[in-house]
Amino acid sequence: MDCYTANWNPLGDSAFYRKYELYSMDWDLKEELRDCLVAAAPYGGPIALLRNPWRKEKPASVRPVLEIYSASGLPLASLLWKSGPVVSLGWSAEEELLCIQEDGVVLVYGLHGDFRRHFSLGNDVFQNRILDTQIFHTEFGSGVAILTGAHRFILSVNISELKLRRMPEVPGLQSVPSCWTTLCQDRAAHILLAVGPDLYLLDQSACSPVTPSGLAPGVSSFLQMAVSFTYRHLALFTDTGYIWMGTASLKEKLCEFNCNIRAPPKQMVWCSRPRSKERAVVVAWERRLMVVGDAPESIQFVLDEDSYLVPELDGVRILSRSTHEFLHEVPVASEEIFKIASMAPGALLLEAQKEYEKESQKADEYLREIQELGQLTQAVQQCIEAAGHEHQPDMQKSLLRAASFGKCFLDRFPPDSFVHMCQDLRVLNAVRDYHIGIPLTYTQYKQLTIQVLLDRLVLRRLYPLAIQICEYLRLPEVQGVSRILAHWACYKVQQKDVSDEDVARAINQKLGDTPGVSYSDIAARAYGCGRTELAIKLLEYEPRSGEQVPLLLKMKRSKLALSKAIESGDTDLVFTVLLHLKNELNRGDFFMTLRNQPMALSLYRQFCKHQELETLKDLYNQDDNHQELGSFHIRASYAAEERIEGRVAALQTAADAFYKAKNEFAAKATEDQMRLLRLQRRLEDELGGRFLDLSLHDTVTTLILGGHNKRAEQLARDFRIPDKRLWWLKLTALADLEDWEELEKFSKSKKSPIGYLPFVEICMKQHNKYEAKKYASRVGPEHKVKALLLVGDVAQAADVAIEHRNEAELSLVLSHCTGATDGATADKIQRARAQAQKK
Amino acid sequence: MAFPHRLDAPELPDFSMLKRLARDQLIYLLEQQHEVDKLYKVENKPAISSSEQLCFLVRPRIKNMRYVASLVNADKSAGRTRKYKVIFSPQKFHACEMVLEEEGVYGDVSCDEWAFSLLPLDVDLLSMELPEFFRDYFLEGDQRWINTVVQALHLLSTLYGPFPNCYGIGRCAKMSYELWRTLEEEEDCETKGRRPEVGHIFLLDRDVDFVTALCSQVVYEGLVDDTFRIKCGSVDFGPEVTSSDRSLKVLLNAEDKVFHEIRNEHFSNVFGFLSQKARNLQAQYDRRRGMDIKQMKNFVSQELKGLKQEHRLLSVHIGACESIMKKKTKQDFQELIKTEHALLEGFNIRESTSYIEEHIDRQVSPIESLRLMCLLSITENGLIPKDYRSLKTQYLQSYGPEHLLTFSNLRRAGLLTEQAPGDTLTAVESKVSKLVTDKAAGKITDAFSSLAKRSNFRAISKKLNLIPRVDGEYDLKVPRDMAYVFSGAYVPLSCRIIEQVLERRSWQGLDEVLRLLNCSELAFTDMAKDDKASSECLRLVFVVFLGGCTFSEISALRFLGREKGFRFIFLTTAVTNSARLMEAMSEVKA
Repeated sequence: MDCYTANWNPLGDSAFYRKYELYSMDWDLKEELRDCLVAAAPYGGPIALLRNPWRKEKPASVRPVLEIYSASGLPLASLLWKSGPVVSLGWSAEEELLCIQEDGVVLVYGLHGDFRRHFSLGNDVFQNRILDTQIFHTEFGSGVAILTGAHRFILSVNISELKLRRMPEVPGLQSVPSCWTTLCQDRAAHILLAVGPDLYLLDQSACSPVTPSGLAPGVSSFLQMAVSFTYRHLALFTDTGYIWMGTASLKEKLCEFNCNIRAPPKQMVWCSRPRSKERAVVVAWERRLMVVGDAPESIQFVLDEDSYLVPELDGVRILSRSTHEFLHEVPVASEEIFKIASMAPGALLLEAQKEYEKESQKADEYLREIQELGQLTQAVQQCIEAAGHEHQPDMQKSLLRAASFGKCFLDRFPPDSFVHMCQDLRVLNAVRDYHIGIPLTYTQYKQLTIQVLLDRLVLRRLYPLAIQICEYLRLPEVQGVSRILAHWACYKVQQKDVSDEDVARAINQKLGDTPGVSYSDIAARAYGCGRTELAIKLLEYEPRSGEQVPLLLKMKRSKLALSKAIESGDTDLVFTVLLHLKNELNRGDFFMTLRNQPMALSLYRQFCKHQELETLKDLYNQDDNHQELGSFHIRASYAAEERIEGRVAALQTAADAFYKAKNEFAAKATEDQMRLLRLQRRLEDELGGRFLDLSLHDTVTTLILGGHNKRAEQLARDFRIPDKRLWWLKLTALADLEDWEELEKFSKSKKSPIGYLPFVEICMKQHNKYEAKKYASRVGPEHKVKALLLVGDVAQAADVAIEHRNEAELSLVLSHCTGATDGATADKIQRARAQAQKK
Repeated sequence: MAFPHRLDAPELPDFSMLKRLARDQLIYLLEQQHEVDKLYKVENKPAISSSEQLCFLVRPRIKNMRYVASLVNADKSAGRTRKYKVIFSPQKFHACEMVLEEEGVYGDVSCDEWAFSLLPLDVDLLSMELPEFFRDYFLEGDQRWINTVVQALHLLSTLYGPFPNCYGIGRCAKMSYELWRTLEEEEDCETKGRRPEVGHIFLLDRDVDFVTALCSQVVYEGLVDDTFRIKCGSVDFGPEVTSSDRSLKVLLNAEDKVFHEIRNEHFSNVFGFLSQKARNLQAQYDRRRGMDIKQMKNFVSQELKGLKQEHRLLSVHIGACESIMKKKTKQDFQELIKTEHALLEGFNIRESTSYIEEHIDRQVSPIESLRLMCLLSITENGLIPKDYRSLKTQYLQSYGPEHLLTFSNLRRAGLLTEQAPGDTLTAVESKVSKLVTDKAAGKITDAFSSLAKRSNFRAISKKLNLIPRVDGEYDLKVPRDMAYVFSGAYVPLSCRIIEQVLERRSWQGLDEVLRLLNCSELAFTDMAKDDKASSECLRLVFVVFLGGCTFSEISALRFLGREKGFRFIFLTTAVTNSARLMEAMSEVKA
């Protein structure tokens, strides 16, 4: 461990920088890096290379090859470039490769070289061509800044919702600026450019000259500028070999450095980390790498090979033909522990643990020392934190062992941080593996979040690893395993060489009923790939019929969609499909479809009943549903039509329909109603008063009440009113009129078909006992007792009952015997009963 | 009297939570969200409010939408601008938005939803207050409310679930149950692993048993409903009851101590009970005679209030009883009941038919006449063609020709049909029953549906022993079975089915009954495997009536519960009765 700090280089008094190898690359490059357009995505992302034949004077006749590698140099894709000259390559935040052509067309490729889409940057760009571009990342997504041949800048903050902004003109700009960059401040993107000794800041509205505060004099040109990963800092490299470092607003200078090299550097990038002690810039020339900061001396490295710098959140990655290295400021925790002769608690704890393993008593001494200072908690924390920043698993392990050892002597040390660190490191070590090739640092990983990391694994089609990670971290299924399986399925449906059946089966086997997996999403993807049949097969696995509907509609399987919607029981969904069908099909077909789906039909009918009466009629017509058609016209006859002629006409149509429906009853009834209506109209004309819309019964009653007995009888004959009804009717009407004389005449006109009890009842109802008694005598024997009781003749009722020898009647009379007046009668009944029983 | 619950009767879950929930939601919606300061009833007339914002709380019906649209358009033509907000309860339907769009006011109106589906009317009665469910589903074949039912069931299971034993019968019940299950699985809800609170749930379609709903009710609560119409658990007693010139709104639930004791009683017992109660009350009042000052103070401060309240309630119910007696104990009513019983038992059909005819001829009541016709049709498997024609003719002559449409509705719903010659029917029937088995329920076409609904009441009645054998007088004071709710003449079919299934814990052995009910494919049982259910909860039963239930059925099941140690909780789309059913089927002039 003595040499552990051997690769640490101090910068000034405060900070150390170290460079270590991430991977040794065997990517077998055919070209020199310097001859290529290079783009490496941040957060350990993939690397794209395109040999740039257009830069050279003599255009090569061979087409260049676009190659994509993982960060560990494993080839991911390689394709022959067949489109126009490319100005620049870049990766979007979603790890899509953007290839910006000279003519402003942007081709977007996936990680595996699969073409995704293309879009144009507008006519302006097309006409003037592109001189230079920059791809940048903000919280809104990935943006692109373009310098056109007309020396104008055009900017789009988010390429996924492409909105191009023309920046104001830079006065007097006739050539390409010596250097320029995109700055993001206050949620807006600006461009900083250098023309000779002057700097200009372009924002949306204006172009204003700016001067960095405290810039050394004598600058005649700026050769390079670099903005930090977080857009907070800016570095400028001048032709005097002088480096200015300050805030991005240029208002504050952090430090300056003179490297005395006048040659323009190949690359200049910031190398800092969140909460770093020192802010430093890495400058690369052909053979030299220099780390400069607020210190009189810089750190220098020799570059053996052609190299390329990739700025990261907490350091710089350095790519070359044979290696891939990482250069960063040594984090505080590591520094404390490993610094030579460090007495930090973490360092002591690490030492203690080592001694303990050697079974040496020194372990106790070290431990005691930490404990005496009361710093054991801090020591454990330091070890845990430092473990996170180590790249070598061995070192991670020994630090964690130390932490674990120290934990034993603490009463209440919350285990979370230790456990989480162990888990995180396992995940990190897994993805850093050569085969996976995502060299994330702990800091980057935390910034990226596990969700995004999983997405990136999915993007690389590393489904098993992603699932293992989910299971290991016990992520909820919906966010974890299910999501990944769904992605896998979406990838699976793109395998065109496998048959629909096999794909569907494979997907179902793996996914089963995993919660949170939406088969309809997968089906949508399949449809997107032009595999409609597969999509339908997949939809069959979707348990929620409602979810199947939108896609089926999109695939123009409207009828299937309709039955699925009906199955879902969601009438709204059915309705949506219906409206869709209505627009899609011609009327006849639409009706035919409805015909086979009664539930949808009745739904649509309901709607039509209120909103589209004519359609409703057409529907019935189509179905030859004469019964309903008849009902429809009947309804129209008293709802829609006002005039009597119209009503009769509607009824006639209805009657015809009923005949067709072989519903003679309804037809006859309708015809009767037509007759009645006409008659009522005539009655109104002749007699005055209201007759329209009365029922037949009421019409006759009204006539009688009005004294038109002849008319009433005529009507009864015409409409063949049954005798019984007529008697009831007349009886009620005459009693209402209290026309007792007429009633009596009527009662004697012939034998009553309803008997005479109703006469008694109705007279009593009008409190006319006298009249009632007249009829009581004519009541038939079976109702005699009842009638007598009604008129209050208890005594006679008793006689009749006794005569009938009817037990029920006797009880009935008895229950009517009240008080002393009927005492004698009651006795009589009792006696009769007794006698009856004797017999 | 007023049978107390058995001592070991299980505790009912607390449903007041639902009430509080609904109230808070509504207050929040109206006051906080929309700053409503005045409430009006939605009626078909112009709005008089001068307010800048109108807010409509409506059922999602096309009719309501047209009303809103007409208001908005009227305002527009008057050059007036206001904000309009429509709150749909329990949910918004696409068709409603369509209507607003077609009327050209979609942009002026903003929509909201109030997912209110369960209103606890009493400690054991939850209502969805969806009376339109009956017509929409059983007549129009519209399944729009099924989702609402499913949501309500889901809410119940999240609050009181899971339900270890589920039973059901009827097409709607089956569909609701399946959708509910799917929803539960999808949500993968927290109910899993929870201890069930209610052991059984039973779903039942109204069209499984129309007969019971069509009978005149004779238990007190049912009678009050038939006579005065109970709305949302409260009733308006008019001047004839209050014997003053004002009407009185009375809440009818278990909190009304007097009502609680008589609600399930056969009406013949009620008056006696009330007078006994009055005497007791008087005796308690009389106690104060011999009191000294201190006792008197105690009496006034503690008992008097209670006594006074009881006194008030007592006088209300006595008034109601008198009013009912006046209306119902007339000769007519006894004849009516006699006819109904004859129909149920299936004797003297000719006599009953002429009674109905006379009923129509005398224009007694259009709804009553219709009810009797339906009862005759269902109990007799349809009317014989001659009666079918003549009764209908008479009816049209008495009550107006527009009822031709009513008859067409009744036929479609299977409530009033014509007897078809036996052989041809069975052929069609077998065809239909094949259609019925189709998974996409509802494939059955209109034409077949009425035929499929052959009621077979007589056979069912025999099979399930619905008409109790009477040896001597049926003592209504000490009921023997559920038949007491119909004076001992008939055990409600729906309740009997529930009893049988609960007894067997399945439909086993009821195949023949199911066949007769045309429900062979529409009955289901689902039992949870793990038995975490306590014996306590296994005695609680949720009964869900799709399409409404009557107070008689509720009383009958309450009785059954007392006998067998169950407690029933009722969930219904609405409380219904024969008149409401008939009105739902009637076509009246607009």
